[in-house]
Amino acid sequence: MVKKKQLDFWSIVKVAILLFICLTILYPISTVVIRSVTNAEGHVTLANFLKFFTTKYYLDVLKNSLFVSAITTIFSIIIGVFMAYVLTRYDIRAKKLINIVIILSLMSPPFIGAYAWIMLFGRSGLVTEFMLNVFHITLPTIYGKWGIISIFTIKMFPYVYLFTSGAMGSIDSSLEEAAENLGSSKWQRLRDITIPVVLPSILAGSVMVFTSCISDFGTPMLIGQNYKVLATLVYEQYMSEIGTSSNFAAAVSMVVIGLATAVLIFQNVYINRRNYNMSAMRPPQTVHLKAGARVAVMIPVLIVVFVCMLPQLVVIVTSFRNCNGPYFVEGWSLDSYRMIFTRMVRSIKNTYVFSVFAIIIMVVIGSLTAYVTVRKRSALTQITDVVMMFPYVIPGAIMGLSYIIAFNRKPFFLAGTAFIMILSYSVRKIPYTVRSAVGFLHQMDPFVEEASINLGVSPGKTFFKITLPMMLPGVISGAILSWIETINELSSSIMLYSGKTSTIAVAIYNEVARNSFGTAAAMATILTLSAAIMLVVANVVSKGKVSIV
Amino acid sequence: MSQRVVIDNAVKFYGDFKALKGVSLDIQPGEFFTLLGPSGCGKTTLLRMIAGFNSIDGGEIRFDDRVINDVPAHKRDIGMVFQNYAIFPHMTVAENVAYGLKAKKVPKAEIGPKVKEALELVQIAQLADRKPSNLSGGQQQRVALARAFIIEPGVLLMDEPLSNLDAKLRVQMRTVIKKLQRRLGITTIYVTHDQEEALAISDRIAVMKDGQVMQVNVPSEIYTHPENQFVAGFIGVSNFINCTIDSNTAGPVNAVVTPEFSVPMQLAGPFHGEAVISARPEQLLFSETGIPGKVLFSTFLGDFIEYEIEIEGGQVLQLNEYTKDTSRIRPDGESVHIQFDPMRVGAYDENGALLTVWGQ
Repeated sequence: MVKKKQLDFWSIVKVAILLFICLTILYPISTVVIRSVTNAEGHVTLANFLKFFTTKYYLDVLKNSLFVSAITTIFSIIIGVFMAYVLTRYDIRAKKLINIVIILSLMSPPFIGAYAWIMLFGRSGLVTEFMLNVFHITLPTIYGKWGIISIFTIKMFPYVYLFTSGAMGSIDSSLEEAAENLGSSKWQRLRDITIPVVLPSILAGSVMVFTSCISDFGTPMLIGQNYKVLATLVYEQYMSEIGTSSNFAAAVSMVVIGLATAVLIFQNVYINRRNYNMSAMRPPQTVHLKAGARVAVMIPVLIVVFVCMLPQLVVIVTSFRNCNGPYFVEGWSLDSYRMIFTRMVRSIKNTYVFSVFAIIIMVVIGSLTAYVTVRKRSALTQITDVVMMFPYVIPGAIMGLSYIIAFNRKPFFLAGTAFIMILSYSVRKIPYTVRSAVGFLHQMDPFVEEASINLGVSPGKTFFKITLPMMLPGVISGAILSWIETINELSSSIMLYSGKTSTIAVAIYNEVARNSFGTAAAMATILTLSAAIMLVVANVVSKGKVSIV
Repeated sequence: MSQRVVIDNAVKFYGDFKALKGVSLDIQPGEFFTLLGPSGCGKTTLLRMIAGFNSIDGGEIRFDDRVINDVPAHKRDIGMVFQNYAIFPHMTVAENVAYGLKAKKVPKAEIGPKVKEALELVQIAQLADRKPSNLSGGQQQRVALARAFIIEPGVLLMDEPLSNLDAKLRVQMRTVIKKLQRRLGITTIYVTHDQEEALAISDRIAVMKDGQVMQVNVPSEIYTHPENQFVAGFIGVSNFINCTIDSNTAGPVNAVVTPEFSVPMQLAGPFHGEAVISARPEQLLFSETGIPGKVLFSTFLGDFIEYEIEIEGGQVLQLNEYTKDTSRIRPDGESVHIQFDPMRVGAYDENGALLTVWGQ
């Protein structure tokens, strides 16, 4: 009998996914690596790195990035852990609403915070002028490092909050009861039981904060002024090297990638080893607070929630104000909206068209990847999974740069096309879809698939008839997060867009840069509303289990 | 058509661990065959190899004369009932049951009546349009059964299908399964760790341990004539009493328990040395003579009384006395004498191999 080696469905899928990540992740990044160690003539050299590490200006930029990221991480831990503890342990009202506000803060366009703070505390900001005119007090400037740190903290602390509250909610209450039973006081319990058990989650959240700070581009660009960080340096260098071969920009990118990778390795080695995986049989009871204590706890919570909402509120309110060029004038109208729907229709249309195409790619590839990662576990699928998470930590400006280098040569010539924007969105934002689908798959009974195969349905058909419908809530809620992040995406777009492929995020950035605040606010409002609506949809689809971590 | 399943020296490795060490079985068309053993014995591994979900690392599995080693799972023409039923949660009961027929491209007009008939057979016709989340465990079990047999598979596999049900339902469902299997005549391979369930439901049983088959036979033979000490201990309750045997020939011999007391039995061949006598609680009886001991503890269980008795030398035995034979419950501490039913006891050597010939 001749043995036929059948090419089964999942082998083909694995090969296809592998090809996809090679072409869209490994190949572009490798071009950056090569650029960074060559000179304009193509000779191998370490001069780019030498230049970076021996020039005071660049070293200061590196220091700035580390400083801003570290301080933001510390602030985020303080606020995030406090919020997580209070919201999981005490009977605070409107917990779900608070949760959504916090997630929305994280899922807001990266520069909206900077923009709103300029509106309020900028040179001609509302609060600044009010204080000056009424009290004759000159407020400290928000431009520079402390402005960046404040805005980063507001945007990023949700990472710590979400990781920590997840862990605190899953400590079995019998654990603390056991400690209490053994005679330890409330503070001892917190110190000896609760904190050590949630510490890995706090650190995991902190790692997310730190890497996001390193890679964020919009905030330092808008509010940093002369305070440069790595992400803005990459952009600047690339822009000033346009027409040349961008070798130095590539070297700076490698420094950033190196930093992000180091932090991720730290997370894998140190944190994951200490992860106490628990599923609480009895989640912790919430403690009922008396009136006085409730007020004492609610005040800081409300302040945090208010500050989270502030950027969005400012943006929405100012979008209805009348403007005259860069200045807001008396009265309210829909002029800003009229303006964007006549002048910037293309950007708005592009945003939704690109994001819909990107989301289709993400759903198809993301759900297949999630499936092979969970059900066809092998060394290869694990590597695939890790590589796919890579764009999550690589700054968008660098992904953009790598795409320009990689796809603006034979045989591609894709620069400036819609295709390259869609491709970069798909690759950069797919981790949300994959993670969410993986989470759902882990809870799904694998025997259901075997039952289908057993009844004579091939593995490929089984995936589409049985597995996909069952994991759909996970895929959809993840895809919605991917979609929100896609419409908000600035840092890679700004590298890749051309006049015809501008998006809302790019347009807002350009409007803010030329002080046209009214139109920027109107477009930001469109993004915020889109995000808020879809977040609620995600919550409904996943029955409240929407998780961005 | 019902198929014969031949397993020829099947081997399975998990890494370096040999989970199946060369298992051979010959399962007849229409037979209800059970793989019985403790967890980790390889029974589920073997079942999943037959289903095609585990690879076969050595040996052969044949359906009739067809070697199925390299046939993919969805082309093996097998019905399977899973431990947790594996009902498709997004389909109704009727859609679940129709799923396999659709896959087989059965004409639409035939599917409806067939599904109806199958649901009637498992007595859940009234649930046809329900979603699985609204069904009880027993009802889901019936859906899983109907879904498996409706495709008229050559072989039906069942992986501990009753283990998630409560005790009463378990007894009820095993009768449903047995009657259904008789009626449909599908070769059925059933996996369980519950020896009582295996005895009740099977035509034949293979008792497995550590990736090997310890004994294959009909339930009554497995129970009354266990071929080794493992089977004697695993199926039902057995007392093992240390003894010495000293004989140069086969035939009648007295196994010495204490200097004053020995048990007569039929030896299969010459043997010298330490051995264990195996006797079930109902094969021990109170008597005027016999091995002396005292009652440690008694439990009244309705149709019989279960005694724990410490015999001379310190070993503790279990003896069942039927309430139809006596109405007196012996108090703890009472001195008693115990005899063995000589026709029904066996003896095993230190490796657990059978030394005796069973009495007729």
